[in-house]
Amino acid sequence: MSEPLGGMLTAPPSIVAAGVEVFSAALRAQGASVTDVDWRPPGFGSADDLAQLALDPRRAAANRIAVERVLAAGSVLVDVRPAREVLDLPDRTLLHSGPPLTWQTASGPMRGALVGACIFEGWAATVEDAERILAAGAIALDPCHHHRTVGPMAGVTSPSMWMWCLEDPANGGQAWCNLNEGLGKVLRMGAFNEEVLTRLGWMRDVLGPILSKAVRSRTEPLDVKAILAQMLQMGDEGHNRNRAGSLMALRELSPSIVEVDAPAEDIAEVLRFIGGNEHFFLNLGMPTAKLAMDAARDVPGSTLVTVMSRNGTEFGVQTAGTGDRWFTGPANTPVGLFLGDYGPEDANPDIGDSAIMETYGVGGFSMAAAPAIVRFVGGTVPDALATTERMYQVTLAENPAMQIPVLGFRGSPTGIDVLKVARTGWLPQINTGMAGRVAGTGQVGAGLVQPPQECFEQALAALAEESRAAV
Amino acid sequence: MSASPQPDEGLRHVSLRSGVYADSVRLMQVSREIGDRPGVTAVLVAMATPLNLELAAGMGLAPDGAAKPDQLLIALRATDDAELTAAVAAVEAALAHRERSGEAQTIPARTIGAALEDAPDPALAIISVPGRYAAAEAADAIAAGRSVLIFSDGVPVEQEVALKRAAHEAGVLVMGPDCGTAIVSGVALGFANVVRRGPVGLVAASGTGAQQVSCLLDAAGVGVSHVLGVGGRDLSEAVGGLATLDALAALAEDPATERVLLVSKPPAPSVAALVGQVSRGLSVPVRSAALSPDQPDLTAAVEALLGDLGVAVPRWPSRPGTADAVPAGAVLKGFYSGGTLADEAMLIAAPVLGGIRSNTPLKPELDLGTDLRATGHVVVDFGDDALTVGRAHPMIDPTLRLEAIAALAAGGEPAVLLLDVVLGYGADPDPSATLVPALQASGLPAVVALVGTEADPQCWTRQADALAGAGAAVFASNAAATRYALSLIGESDV
Repeated sequence: MSEPLGGMLTAPPSIVAAGVEVFSAALRAQGASVTDVDWRPPGFGSADDLAQLALDPRRAAANRIAVERVLAAGSVLVDVRPAREVLDLPDRTLLHSGPPLTWQTASGPMRGALVGACIFEGWAATVEDAERILAAGAIALDPCHHHRTVGPMAGVTSPSMWMWCLEDPANGGQAWCNLNEGLGKVLRMGAFNEEVLTRLGWMRDVLGPILSKAVRSRTEPLDVKAILAQMLQMGDEGHNRNRAGSLMALRELSPSIVEVDAPAEDIAEVLRFIGGNEHFFLNLGMPTAKLAMDAARDVPGSTLVTVMSRNGTEFGVQTAGTGDRWFTGPANTPVGLFLGDYGPEDANPDIGDSAIMETYGVGGFSMAAAPAIVRFVGGTVPDALATTERMYQVTLAENPAMQIPVLGFRGSPTGIDVLKVARTGWLPQINTGMAGRVAGTGQVGAGLVQPPQECFEQALAALAEESRAAV
Repeated sequence: MSASPQPDEGLRHVSLRSGVYADSVRLMQVSREIGDRPGVTAVLVAMATPLNLELAAGMGLAPDGAAKPDQLLIALRATDDAELTAAVAAVEAALAHRERSGEAQTIPARTIGAALEDAPDPALAIISVPGRYAAAEAADAIAAGRSVLIFSDGVPVEQEVALKRAAHEAGVLVMGPDCGTAIVSGVALGFANVVRRGPVGLVAASGTGAQQVSCLLDAAGVGVSHVLGVGGRDLSEAVGGLATLDALAALAEDPATERVLLVSKPPAPSVAALVGQVSRGLSVPVRSAALSPDQPDLTAAVEALLGDLGVAVPRWPSRPGTADAVPAGAVLKGFYSGGTLADEAMLIAAPVLGGIRSNTPLKPELDLGTDLRATGHVVVDFGDDALTVGRAHPMIDPTLRLEAIAALAAGGEPAVLLLDVVLGYGADPDPSATLVPALQASGLPAVVALVGTEADPQCWTRQADALAGAGAAVFASNAAATRYALSLIGESDV
């Protein structure tokens, strides 16, 4: 057996102290090594709930199991197929980002994207028609997250859109995401003009089929997790900055694309489109994160966050210990920089499933890997490092696959712990694009945002309630 | 959009620069800085990509002629010429500005768990946060395989039990809650005295009890290996001695510990029996100094231990008092800061004086309630939780006890004052400085149990001389002090 009590009876212990500092002073006077915790009362949560969770004997093992599944998850690209085939949706159903919503509660960009999708699918001839059938409830709306799917910004996914199909070889999961349209006036930002619809038609008729053939022709499926890992070494954080990842995906896919039996001008246009879209990889990174977080679902006693997502009206959170239950609150509006002469008053509240990247420990959590991103808030490189340092204190693990060079290749802070968020008072940091609040506007900027605290307050209370019932 | 194009509103500046590149984020930042200037009504500083040219056109600020994507577009509208010129200059300055990289700021740990990640082993956590929040911090330490001292009081007993069970599983120790005193491998934690190191391990469910015992051992030339506090409730029925048993087992394995002394207030009989049974099976001899009516005296327990060690019992240090004329019928007023010392005084005095009323009584019917000024024989524990809400412990803040002394003197009841003064780390840096004038002002005969060592920051001799100078009789042993006080009021035949 090892020394009793971890060796503290054999050698003077170093001291870690939380609370009254008079003791620390007395210890220093004796020459002891003392670390003072910057303790403060919890940011939220009743003392009873916090203690209930802290002392739940299931918690440590449950969180370890959940986060190990997250870390073990892989992600390979196996196919590109139309959403109609992949999702097996009832007719006239549209998926959207975030927690559930209705047409009545939908924000401008969400409405714009839903309208655009109805016209794209031929369910409506005009904007007015589309608004009428949506308002009448003739189109069923359902969150992407309910279908192993994620979508950036409005996340509106309709049957004719082509989907990246990814699999997790470690846990056997599947996840899907539509193809990224590029920047500016795009459906996911709520734009639906002719330019948007024309591009969606080209993606349906040319891009999707060529990518599908190219992906199927590969002898080895594309390892998407490996690209995500390399991006962090190249100045991307995988949410707001996907430059390196997009180019690496293009490099990997282009030989197969070129070999597809299609007109040369189509092949050229596909390569040009991918090469011109800095966020092309985002729609591969998001389902990679989704695979990992879905692997952690349904672990009783775990306080790990499995979903953070926004629909433009509400922010929603799910945890490993509470299944499919959403904990929602009004979405905050991001703070950041604006395109052209758009300003804060033009920005819609937070929107998109892309906060799955932060849920997985990249994006805002790995800000230190992408100093360029911190300028979105007028910050400095030290701010980026500080953000990541804070996130280490609200997470359960460091992901050895996702390394941050400037932190000595420390793994990204992964697996948000509701209990740690409550105790530190530090809410997760999310990097995001900003959509215009008026339907049809498109992107107005990009910046940083945090979840509303009440999502985490509700999740903490529900986890404590479950704990009381179970223990 | 916030501003619809108004081509005639204000003055325009539109220019294209070649050979200038800044990334889009920096340019958006510059645009925002310039847009915040009061005279500027529209601004776009961006690379002349098709998307940005379209934005510029939408703002009525399209450049004349063909633009290339590697050119920088500076497009502004301002209220007057001076503002426009100033804004263009500000764009130039902003583009020339170089951000300082700076040092990474360290983010201090906000939880015990985060702080323990970088702590060198062996490591020990100390928690003195409000009791209702202590469990999560303590659980962090246990999960990290480290022992923890919980100084906080007000931790619900079921949380104490859960923490101690988890600690047992993890092979670590929970000292507390409400553990004020420990010495681990020579490191004094909380209220502890500067005592020599030696072969005696103490397991203490009582802080001031452990201080009394370790100081008397020190005076006898015997040192301690460790003082492991376990919290005042550990030997209750509810907790069942969980930490006491773990601490005894750890000391039994410790090569530096040759004998163990268990110090406690009166324990629950069933728990005392269990601990006794387990102790007899250990490889190290364990002597109990748990107070009870049959064993009322910590000093006697120390003397017995010295006998075990073959060490002669010394003359315990003391100073004679000046009060020899005490009025007939004087009562005993014990004003204590240490709960165990108060208990010991009552256990020694009760057989002589009969019922002694107290806020921490030996029997429920003797409860003083909140009436600390009751007449008759009274012992008050000023360190009791009910009296420390919203104020520091009386070992740090003497105010409440000094007020009680003044009130007693003013009331005129003939009395002998029996006080404890506890020295060491964490305690009042100079307790005699306030107590001497209070005693002089009161004119009451006073007996002081002075718990400490020569090496303590306050120095036993210096404090004893000061108190004796005020006429008080001073004893290193609380039992001796109590007996002397009894003798003063004519009850010396014990």
